[in-house]
This record gives sequence, C-alpha cells and structure tokens, in this order.
Amino acid sequence: MRKNWPVITLGLVLLAGLVAPFADRSTSPGFYVEVLLGGLMAGVLYSLVALGFALIFKASGVFNFAQGAMVLFAALAVARLAEQVPLWVAMLIAMVIMVALAWVIERLVLRPLVNQEGVALLMATLGVSYFLDGFGQTIWGSDIYKIELGIPKEPVMILESLFQGGILVNKEDFVAAIVATALVAALALFFQKTTTGRALRAVADDHQAAQSIGIPLNRIWVIVWSVAGFVALVAGVIWGSKLGVQFSLSQVALKALPVVILGGFTSVTGAVVGGLIIGVGEKMAEVFLGPVMVKAFDLAGGGIENWFAYVLALLFLLVRPEGLFGEKLIDRV
Amino acid sequence: MFYRENGQFKSTYESDQQMLPILQDRVFMLVLLVFAFGAVPFLVSDYLFLSLLIPFLILTIAAIGLNLLVGYCGQISLGHAAFMAVGAYAAYNLVLRVPQLNFLVVLLISGLIAAVVGLVFGIPSLRIKGLYLAVATLAAQFFMDWLFARVKWFTNYAHSGSVQTPPVELFGWTVNTPAEKYLFLLGLLIVFTLVAKNLVRSRIGREWMAMRDMDVAAEVIGIRPVYAKLTAFAVSSFYVGVAGALWGFVHLGSWEPLAFNLTLSLNLLFMIIIGGMGSLLGSYFGAAFIVMLPILLNQLPAMLGVPISTSMATHLELMIFGVLIVFFLIVEPHGLARLWAIGKEKLRLWPFPH
Amino acid sequence: MNRRANFLMLAVSAMAAAIGSTAAMAQAKEQFFPVLSYRTGPYAPNGAPFANGFVDYLKLVNARDGGINGVKITYEECETGYATDRGVECYERLKGKGPTGATLFHPLSTGITFAVTDKSFNDKIPIVTAGYGRADSRDGTVFGWNFPLGGTYWDAADMLVQHVGKKEGGLDKLKGKKIALVYHDSPYGKEPIALLQERAKMHGFEVLLLPVTHPGVEQKATWLQIRQQRPDYVFLWGWGVMNSTSIKEAVATGYPREKMYGVWWSGAEPDVTPAGDGAKGYNALVFLAPAGQGAVHKDVIKYLHDKGQGTGKKEEIGEVLYNRGMVSAMMSVEAVKRAHIKYGKKPLRGEEVRWGLENLAIDKAAIKRLGFDGFMLPVSTSCADHAGSAPASVHIWDGKRWNVQPGIYEADQQILKPMIRASAEKYAAEKKINKRDCAIEAG
Repeated sequence: MRKNWPVITLGLVLLAGLVAPFADRSTSPGFYVEVLLGGLMAGVLYSLVALGFALIFKASGVFNFAQGAMVLFAALAVARLAEQVPLWVAMLIAMVIMVALAWVIERLVLRPLVNQEGVALLMATLGVSYFLDGFGQTIWGSDIYKIELGIPKEPVMILESLFQGGILVNKEDFVAAIVATALVAALALFFQKTTTGRALRAVADDHQAAQSIGIPLNRIWVIVWSVAGFVALVAGVIWGSKLGVQFSLSQVALKALPVVILGGFTSVTGAVVGGLIIGVGEKMAEVFLGPVMVKAFDLAGGGIENWFAYVLALLFLLVRPEGLFGEKLIDRV
Repeated sequence: MFYRENGQFKSTYESDQQMLPILQDRVFMLVLLVFAFGAVPFLVSDYLFLSLLIPFLILTIAAIGLNLLVGYCGQISLGHAAFMAVGAYAAYNLVLRVPQLNFLVVLLISGLIAAVVGLVFGIPSLRIKGLYLAVATLAAQFFMDWLFARVKWFTNYAHSGSVQTPPVELFGWTVNTPAEKYLFLLGLLIVFTLVAKNLVRSRIGREWMAMRDMDVAAEVIGIRPVYAKLTAFAVSSFYVGVAGALWGFVHLGSWEPLAFNLTLSLNLLFMIIIGGMGSLLGSYFGAAFIVMLPILLNQLPAMLGVPISTSMATHLELMIFGVLIVFFLIVEPHGLARLWAIGKEKLRLWPFPH
Repeated sequence: MNRRANFLMLAVSAMAAAIGSTAAMAQAKEQFFPVLSYRTGPYAPNGAPFANGFVDYLKLVNARDGGINGVKITYEECETGYATDRGVECYERLKGKGPTGATLFHPLSTGITFAVTDKSFNDKIPIVTAGYGRADSRDGTVFGWNFPLGGTYWDAADMLVQHVGKKEGGLDKLKGKKIALVYHDSPYGKEPIALLQERAKMHGFEVLLLPVTHPGVEQKATWLQIRQQRPDYVFLWGWGVMNSTSIKEAVATGYPREKMYGVWWSGAEPDVTPAGDGAKGYNALVFLAPAGQGAVHKDVIKYLHDKGQGTGKKEEIGEVLYNRGMVSAMMSVEAVKRAHIKYGKKPLRGEEVRWGLENLAIDKAAIKRLGFDGFMLPVSTSCADHAGSAPASVHIWDGKRWNVQPGIYEADQQILKPMIRASAEKYAAEKKINKRDCAIEAG
C-alpha cells in the first residue's frame, strides 16, 4: 500500500479536478454532465485507436506509430469504395485490403527487423505511416469524403426533468460507444476462447517459447496486424462519419499515444479505460480549467487540451511507468 | 592507390589523437574548406543558397544536437523542434528587449536557455527509457507549441502571433545577402562541429556512449547516469536551441509557432536515422538529404521532361521518405555515414582488392 | 544573380531583335506568373479549387486573347502544403523564373505572407493577398510591395460586426451581447482579434476567443464552451477541414447555424457539404466572387474544358473558391495590362507591375467586358492605399447553394485607419524601413 501512494495522490488530484467545477456556482449540473459525456465520447474514439496500438504491442512488441495512418487509409478506402458499391461491401473490400496491408507490412518491414530494439521498430512504423499517408492520398485522393452511416446527427435532449435545460447528446456518439464496447468484448472473446487467440497470447508472453512449441510466429504477426487493421477500419469509419474522411484523421494517432501510456502498453482494458480517462480529463481541463488559466496568465485563448493528455501521461509515467493495467515488465533505470 | 596511409607513422600522442589521422583526409578537408569558403559564394545562385545551403547548414547544427542525444547517449526524443522553438523565441526576445547585445551573445544565451528547458524535459529520462521516453518528449513538443502560441509576452503581443526579426548584425556587419548568411552559418557550423567532435571523444562523450551501450554496466564502472543523461539533454538542447534561433533569424525572418511543429521534430529524427546515428558526418549527410529530397522530387520530373502534378510530387515525397526510413533501418542501420565509410574502405584497397 | 539574369535576358532579346528572328522574339515575350498552391494535406480540399480557378484564368487569357496584349503568360505551380518554410522555398525558386522574373506572388497563406513580405523589399516583387494577409499592409507607404486587394481580415471582422449590428437593429444594440470568435490558431485566425476587441470597446459587447489547433478536427471542447457561454453570435475564422468540423460540432451541440458567420474563407462548398443538411442556414461573408457562372465561365468551358485543357473537374467551375481563384488571377492580369500603358506592351518586371497594382482601376464597364459581371465590385487602388475599396456581402447556404443576401458592407475606415497606421509604424520601426513618400513618387 505504501508503495502506491503516488498513484493514490495522482488519483485524488484528478478526482479533485472532477469535483472542482462545482465550487464555481455558475456551472449547472446539466452542463457538467454534458462535458462529462462529451469527454467520454471523445474517449471512446481515442480508445478505438489505442486498441490497435495495444494489440500490436502485446503480440509483437512493436509500438505502431502507423496506427493513425492505417485509420486514415481504411477510412479513405471505405469512403471511396462506398461511392461505387453499398457501404457494407465497401467495408468488406476495405477489410481485405487491410489484411493484405498487414501481410505486406509483416513481410517487408517486420520480418527483416525482428529482434531489433523497440526504438528501431518505432521508427520503422514511422516510416510506414509516412508511406501510407502518401500512398493513401495517391490512390484515394485528398479531398474530404463522406461516410454515411445513416445515423441522425441532430442532437436530442434527455433527462430534461432531472436537470435544468436538459442534457444534449448525440445518437452518433452512442452508436460509437456501443460499437467500441462490442469490439472490446469481441476481442476479449477472441483472445480467450479461440486457438488463434491463445496462440497470440502465447507469442506475446514469450516469442521463443511460443515458437518452440510450434506456433508459427510470422503467421501470428500477420493475424495481429490484420486485427489491428480491422480495429483501424472500425475507428476510421466511426471517426470518418463524424468528422469527414480527410488527411487529418491520421493525426488521431497522436492522441492515442498518451492513452496507451496511461492504460499500459499491453492491456486491452487499459486502452479502453485510458481512453476514457484521457477523453474526460481533456475536455474537463479545456472547459473548466482553460478559462481560469486564460484569466490568470492573460493567455491568447485556451487550447490546453493539446498537451493536457501528454502531461497527464508524463506524470503517470513518473509514478507508475507500467500504466494502469500494464504488466510490470519495464526495466526501470 | 592514392588513399592509403602507408608510411604515415604516429610517433607522438598528439599525432595519435588528431581528429583526422590520415594525411589524405586532412588534404581533402582543407580543399573542401577552401572550396566552401572561397569558391561557393561566387558559384552558387541565390536560390541554391536560400533554399538549399542555408537550411542545410542550420539543420545540420540541429541534427548534430539531436545526434548527441539519440545517437551517442541513446535517449530518444521526438520533441526536439520544441527546443528549437525555445531557442528562436529566446533569441527574439533578447534582441527585442536588450538590443545592444551582440548577436553571438544572443545565440549563446538562447542556447543556454534551451539547454535549461531541455534539462527539465530530460528529467523523465532518469526513470524511463525507450518508447516511454519518446512519449515524454512528445509532451515537450505539444506543451511548447502551446506555450508560444498562447503566452503573448513571448511574441511581444503581436496581434497575429507571428514575429518578425530585424536583420542580423555582427560587429557592424549586417548579415543580409544570401552569400553573407551562408558564410556566417558555415563559420558557426564548423565551430559547432569541432566542439561536438571533441565532446564525443572526451570523457563526457565516452560516458554517453557507455550509457547508450549498456546503462547498467556503465553504472557499475562508475558513470553517474543522472549526470551523463542530463548533460546529454542539456548539450543537445543547446545545439538545437542555437539552430532554432538561426532558423528563425537567418532563414525564416518571420515565423509563427507552427514553424517548429512535430513535423520538424520528426524530420530531425529522420536526418539522423538516414544520415547515421552516432556519427557527426551522418548528421551532415542526413540534413543534406532531408533538405534536398523534397526539392529534388519537385523539380526532377520536370527537368527530365515528365512533369507530374504538384500534389503527386508531394505524395511521392511522403512515400519515398517512408520507404527510405524502413530501408535504412533494415539494410543499413548506420545510415549514409556507414556507406561513406564503406566507400572509403574500398578506396583504400582500390585498385587491388587484396 | 537575379539582376544578372535579367540583364542577360535583355541582352539576348535585344540581340534577337537586331537579327530579326521572330522565333526568339516570341520566346522572350512571356510574362511569368508563379502559382503557389496546396493540393495536399489538411487544406487541400480548399486549396485545390482555388488553384484550379487561378490557373484556368491564366490559360484562358492565353487561349482566348493570345496573352496579355500579345505577351504570352507562362506559369509554374509550386506546392506549399500551407507550410511557411515550403512556401518560402517556392518563393525563392520561382522569383527568378521567366524572362523578367516573377510578376507577382499570391502566397495563399497568411503565414507565408508574413515571411515573404520581408523579402519583397529586396526582391521588388509585389505580394498580392486578395482577402488575406496582413491587415496593416494596406498602408502602401510602409508595405511598399503588399497588396491586400479586396480587403483584409480587419475589414472582414468590421463588416461582420456591422452585419450583426444591423440584425440587432443598430450597433448600439450590441451592448451586453457576446460574440465568440472560433479561429484557426495561426496568424490567419488571429488577425481579426485586434479589430474585434476595438469594436467591442466601442459598442460594449464581449468577445470570447476560442482558438482551434491546426488542423482543426478536435473541436468538442470548443463547442462545449460555446454551449456553456451561449454567445449571441459565433464568428468562424477557419480554413480547410476545420470549417466543416465546426459546422458539424455546431449541429452536435445544437448551436443555431443562423447565428454563425464565417469569414470569406469559411464560406465555400467544401466547408458546408460535409456537414450535409446540418449546414442549412449557415452564413458567411462573400467578397469579390460569389458562387455561380457568368460570361467568363462560359469562355473557360469553351476554350479550355471542351478542348480537354481544363485544370480541374468541370463541376468545380463556378464554385466559390474556384471563382475567387479566377478573380485573383484576373486582377493580377489587369494589373499587368494597366502597367503596359505606362511601360509598353512587353514582359514586365515586378517593379513595373507594382505600378499597375497601385493604379488599378477596375470599374463597372471593365468588369462587364471581362465577363465578371456580378462576381465583383469595382476596385481601385493608390500608392498609399493598397487595398482599395473592399465591399462584401453575406451569403447563406440553403442546403444546395449559396444565396447572396442584399446589402453591401464596407469597413469603417475611421476605425481601421488609426489601427493600420499604428501597426504599420511598429513594423517599420522593428524592421528599420524607410517609408515611401507617395506625393513625390506621383510627381
């Protein structure tokens, strides 16, 4: 227990941050809940991208910087294909493309770099991400494209009896949340119940041991990258339908980095919880802390959400480097 | 045949510790320097100065700085453009608020300020390393981007958030024409390279390399990790800070916080990957490569008579960057510098392969 | 180098003339237009149609009129990706091209404008920033080479304040109101702040500043703040994907689109179409070029697209940004034409083109003759005033097209002038620039 005091302190500070807005009378509870919800929804989207990170890191020890580029690539593919064929066909074709991509990445990038240190692999995925950004725009174009999921975008008011003014929510956000939950459940099942899933976990635990009992490493990596490609596809479709499919999508990867730090690199649960914490923390900080800081330091506008997630992750790294749910594998210096 | 050190004996410690132990290298370097100082200013067009040579010289200083940290000390940083920004804004404010300062002093102080900031963001390196450190340095990147965009004092309350710099003046010499800028930067680069070269082959550089190669072993033989890592962060940030100030004052002349964004950080990293980690020469190669590639890609097709659209050129540039990074990591992790060394080795044996 | 090249070119053309080789003459009778564009990256959806319109007009002048008074137009595109350092490289690359060097530059980014403004003093090449750039560069005595034709962001902000004032029934009614500025966090987005704060002081309304970080896809918190603060109006100063995201977030937070006003760069088709029906009722300023087709568009189709020489997609012709690109090109061409009167019908240097830009007089008749009837209002400039009159209207998106509303606004120069003066003086002092005396130059 004594060893955990920094984590507890940090948790208390965060909790205090959550409660603090009520000290200011002008914040109505309804609005507070709205910000909370907004943060959670943003968090769900971060989680979706972070999931891809965690999966790949777990199985192959690669910190996949290209996850964002994969999200963009998948979303572009779906959006452009959906112009020709029905949406579900487009998603199927895009999935095939993502699997092919996973295979190519495994073949051309990962296999030659096997057993290299993490940093070299990170840089290699940086290269992959540059390539995908350029390649995606070359074959699919660089306009803004739409993905129509057929979910109404107008907000609805709920709980008007409970809070003054009601709470504004989006159906779109709810669908995103449900999809994310379903995805996590499906992944958990996949990892726990299927042979392939077990093989994946074995590889994650110990490459050599797994190989020695006859698990084909290369095929496993293709599978992992395909699963990550699938997660990217889902994330891409949801983000894309919300924001429009455009080059900037690939930058969501940057938001997912602090999420995996917070949740722990190897944990699927961590990716989800971390995403939610970062999402809520960011929005809370921006909406409630931002104006205070602007007044106090005479800033030219808020915008603290840009670094808040990173600073939060940094603090976390200092007190608990393995993240919330990660395995304690990191060698400390 | 010509490149051979036969008959060159080292009979004193001094000659053994020379920076360029081979006579041919010394001659080559001398010729190169004479050419760079004496001939280039007259031969090269303004365009080449402004869009190739000047960015190349400045980014080389930055790449050397990053290389000291990543290549020599083994601490990764994805946020070095942030320290460039610190240097640039420090220099801007120094020139603005203390106009009587000599620009060289301004550079020095800006570098020192960047070093202090780098030191602070280097503190996490004492507890974490590798990927985790990469994320921690990203925090520096995003925080600094925000800081300079938001705190009005840094930009002297400019209503657009963009700052302009007066021309650089040194002892009454206004560094104005492209050729003058080039000479000024070339002089600085040589000084900075010499300092870096001597740093890495002195005690401190060896400590860095020991930390890089195996931190536990380094600690066992009596190297203090705190000291080694933090000095690496500080020296590296100093270099990068100076480069940032030069980038702002000499190259851009007017900039906004976006000029020092993550893209620049990543570009710096690519320079040392492609050029060669842990090699000063590699920093030169890498910077030259990264500066030249987009310009070449944009102009080469038109020169060859197969014009491609500008957007295609940019997409191609992204793709080629990506492929090259992966290629170098797989095929030649020591980068262009290693290729150069291999070439030299071959030259030594030429024309008799044995 | 530049000088020397020019001199060489002159010498060559003189020799060619002496020999009487018509082929060589034709070779040298070219006016070079650099085209800085961005067809990639986050701003590509907006950058591409503008560039297409710009290039199409240059092509049209060649195809239809055989060049400007017989001087063929040549051009070269350079991709900036909206990044300042790339833009500077493009500027350096293109400034010396063509027999007389670059005619003028359209940097197409406020950041690039800031950077190249510096260089223009040395290179003597005009920087035309039609509807963007530095607000203070209207002052031609300090900014000798900048031409914010069609108005600056201070003009734009002023007009928007006037418009909402009129909606409220008088500027004095703005007292106690709250206006939120959702802006792109770059020099572009920050430009209008000074003017808005000045106006806020005058009329007693409150300005809420909400920056959005590049590229602008993260706006949840921004709009939550808007939901909390409930401003009476939202001014949108976005670009590229940020605009459509803003409108989508407005839909998501239930902020009425009728109360949203975009600057002229936030009021084109790519900004509203991604938001679908949600964008209905959204307003934006429109200067110079509203959407639609006129005589000049018919020419573009006839001379270029029907012959397979068009730059972009045919459907794009007549879109807001396409038209704006065309008008920008047209004003540049007119400036060259104007300068031909003084310097003769030959390829001109940047310095000579500046005279044309400073004495630009595009009146109603000229607009009609050029086929731009209904797409712009008369513009005239002078040595001291580099922007000319900058009228603009407001247009509303009805879900299918932009409808221009009656009522033309013009910024109140009584307010702007002292601000421009002060800002320009500060620049001149910082940069140690000698001011021009327009009276002497005219005499």
